[in-house]
Amino acid sequence: MFRDASLMAGKDLRIELRSRVTLQQVLPFAVLVLILFGIALDPDRGVLGRASGGLFWVTVLFCALLAIQRAFTIEAADGGRDALRLSGLDPAGIFLGKAAAIAAQLVAVEVLLAAGVVIMYGTEVTGVPLLLATCLAATAGLAAAGTLYGVLAAGLRVRETLLPILLLPVLTPVLIGATKAFEAALGGVAADGWPWCGLLLVFALLYLTFGTLAFGTLLEES
Amino acid sequence: MEPAVQLRGAVTLLGRFPALAGIDLDVAAGEIVLLRGPNGAGKTTLLRLCAGLLSVSRGTAVVLGHDLPHRRAVRALRRRVGLLGHATGLYDELTVADNVRFWGRAAGASREDIAGALAACGLDGRLGDVLVVNLSAGQRRRTSLACLLARRPELWLLDEPHAGLDQDGRDLVDGLVHRAVASGATVVLASHDLDRAEALADRVVTVAGGTTTTGITSGPPAEPAPEVARVS
Repeated sequence: MFRDASLMAGKDLRIELRSRVTLQQVLPFAVLVLILFGIALDPDRGVLGRASGGLFWVTVLFCALLAIQRAFTIEAADGGRDALRLSGLDPAGIFLGKAAAIAAQLVAVEVLLAAGVVIMYGTEVTGVPLLLATCLAATAGLAAAGTLYGVLAAGLRVRETLLPILLLPVLTPVLIGATKAFEAALGGVAADGWPWCGLLLVFALLYLTFGTLAFGTLLEES
Repeated sequence: MEPAVQLRGAVTLLGRFPALAGIDLDVAAGEIVLLRGPNGAGKTTLLRLCAGLLSVSRGTAVVLGHDLPHRRAVRALRRRVGLLGHATGLYDELTVADNVRFWGRAAGASREDIAGALAACGLDGRLGDVLVVNLSAGQRRRTSLACLLARRPELWLLDEPHAGLDQDGRDLVDGLVHRAVASGATVVLASHDLDRAEALADRVVTVAGGTTTTGITSGPPAEPAPEVARVS
């Protein structure tokens, strides 16, 4: 399973490196959204500072949608889905590999967004361990749930519009938990953020487990 | 010896539509069988059924000893078959060599198998470093063939294998088929290039009944298979 996951993740990341979609489209999109939030809320910089955690994670959610769409678009082209079914790869390995590749792209987005939030919103970074733990747990949850819903939507003709409708409600706990944890880390009491980080971890473990078990069926049936 | 493919009254539904409606087919191990029939006769569906991509709604389908309705059997079967379909399954943003390496390694192929497959299909050297998006249709077909060859399947399922290929490419396909059979594999192909495909096949099977195939008849090839180009 882990050999197959490594093969799959390596392939997806190689495609991203060659196509530069993350570098040339997703990352600029992330910066653009941050700028638009800044323009919309600029009259009161205090709001930007207080809301920076939520704005950060809403932007990450939008970028996650793009990364997930992309991860399954490359499999939909020219019979890739059938080829994947015939490949002999363990479906659990495919799931973990695709989730890992999406997570790697999201980490790149988050690093850029963190810099953007500090520079544009004037947010002071405190509680670094909590911030890092929150990013890791939330990213794992986003990638796992996204991969699961991505394959579910991939077999449908209206997948581009359906995926956000299916996925965004499911990711609401991640948005709430990560925002609360960030608020605690950025100027609040860090100890208040760790339970939210725990919630994110539980969410990630749930979807990683469920995805590992269900991905094969979804790949076949959807 | 156990037959490679054994279908009895196999019915396959695409939605509610019976794409295969009660097919009987036997393919012996080591045989090259040509499926012949008009468009929509169900040849592609039959190949996809044999690959484990479709299931039977009624009847039985045993391929390489795997009873197809069972999911575990399907997964085990898929590791042992290679399907060359209309779609290539290639990733445009990867190079030829990357594609062959990925699909080969997915099936557990060794580095030697992968290098051999690239060389056998004339894709070693500079062509191996070309992105698939920049290939011609014929070169894409060769790359698909190399992916299939790297997997070293026991059952080759070839849907219009000569389509889009030049004379050298067609000779290459024939050579690979003969080499596969010589190494113990079985080949089932569907083709409209009847002169070449009938010459290649040991046996011709006609898929009839239009989109609702109702039966199969068998007959000998039109003429003996000719000598084919040797592939290193």
